[in-house]
Amino acid sequence: MTPSEIRAEVIDILGDIAPDEDLSQLKDDLPFREQLELDSMDFLDIVMELRKRHRIQVAEEDYGQLASMDSTVKYLEPRMKDL
Amino acid sequence: MIATTTSRLPDSRRIVITGVGLTAPNGNSLKEFRESLLNGRSGVRDYEIRYVGKTVAGVCDFDTLRYQARRELRRGTRAGSVGIYSSHEAVRDAGLDWDHCDPSRVGVYIGVTEHGNVETEHAIYEIKGYNYDTSFWSHHHNPRTVANNPAGEVALNMGITGPHYTIGAACAAGNAGLIQGAQMLLLNECDVALAGGVSESIHTFGIFASFKSQGALASHADPARASRPFDIHRNGIVVAEGGCMFVLERLDDAKRRHANIYGELVGHAINTDATDFVLPNPDRQAECMGLALKRAGLAPEQIDIVSTHATGTSSGDTQECQALRQVFGTSSRTRFNNTKSFIGHSMGAAGALELAGNLVSFADGVCHATINVDELDPACAMNGLVLNQPQEIGKPEYILNNSFGMLGINSVVIVKRF
Repeated sequence: MTPSEIRAEVIDILGDIAPDEDLSQLKDDLPFREQLELDSMDFLDIVMELRKRHRIQVAEEDYGQLASMDSTVKYLEPRMKDL
Repeated sequence: MIATTTSRLPDSRRIVITGVGLTAPNGNSLKEFRESLLNGRSGVRDYEIRYVGKTVAGVCDFDTLRYQARRELRRGTRAGSVGIYSSHEAVRDAGLDWDHCDPSRVGVYIGVTEHGNVETEHAIYEIKGYNYDTSFWSHHHNPRTVANNPAGEVALNMGITGPHYTIGAACAAGNAGLIQGAQMLLLNECDVALAGGVSESIHTFGIFASFKSQGALASHADPARASRPFDIHRNGIVVAEGGCMFVLERLDDAKRRHANIYGELVGHAINTDATDFVLPNPDRQAECMGLALKRAGLAPEQIDIVSTHATGTSSGDTQECQALRQVFGTSSRTRFNNTKSFIGHSMGAAGALELAGNLVSFADGVCHATINVDELDPACAMNGLVLNQPQEIGKPEYILNNSFGMLGINSVVIVKRF
């Protein structure tokens, strides 16, 4: 997957997790939780969806890497480049 | 007329119903529900569920987004959603100034037959697709399946900070929720009690499969005719979902805010058969009705309507009729009806929904029927059965509501016209 495809995939996951939110205005450099109503359980949903959809295991110590779109795409890029 | 025991009590010790909110398979408000009951409109339809396949069920179609955001719906349970819809509708119906109610003085007491089966079955089905690798098991499983879930979801959604919990009471739960709410008001643990029952049971295959294995799952070519309590050809239970929540208040509070009062809770009882896991005991059922009447200071002849529990099983219906004959054998005044013939068995919600549908009799003077009785089972024959067509009964004063459940739990509530 390219970075833009990864971004689209993350947007799709967020769409399921936060169905009431308008994701079209999401700023990639700001933390998700500053822009969206997401709590820790929602955050775990992102981790779970990555596991279910792409068998990507996000280690607990790496959760912080999924704070914003920019950092998420950066973290996922090497893990999803061959998908 | 013998005065009821409660009429001698101060208003602060009397409990009244001031709001009703519900979703039933044939109505999403008390008005719609009552219209269906008076017009013979069933809420049972064809239904399919994993592993069991095609069957019939009472299915609700309330607007889930009226009081919940999509995110909340995704996080929560169907039982929670049913409870939230019913509770909001009840508060609105009660005319409470919700924004100025002290949230710490509101309690939520919801009867459930079971909770967690739907979510557990679903989670197991999900991880089956991942070769039962539990790393795919949802972190939402625990908050969805804790036994207080439906009441907790109501409290979360409505910002209620008083006590909340569910009352597990098999199919006696609707009455049990109501009784718990009344008792908490009398203990001054809250000023407003949201009390009743909910069911999401049509979403668990296990309940259908278990009734089927027991030979107690109803079937009929026409789903609307599948639930047939008292009919000689009845062949079991139609599983239904639904919910009904009442706003209960102490009479002095209700009077102070000039609330519309549906009725006064003047008697109740809960007892136990202690005889069998499944089979009811008519003697204990009769004792339960007798205890509720005694506490209300009433004679059986004073009860206008008995809302029966009968579920459409061969033994359960005849045994309840046996109990009813023991208690009401000499009463020429009492009429008997059954709501499950319209909507199926809504489990934890049944007692509350069945009472709600009958409460309107105080206003319209009509006793709704038991439908689908083509040929009355002689073992269920009694004077006063209202069959297939509603009956004008003048000005009813008292309704007695039966609700019984597995493991031999019996519950009875008596409500008086106010």
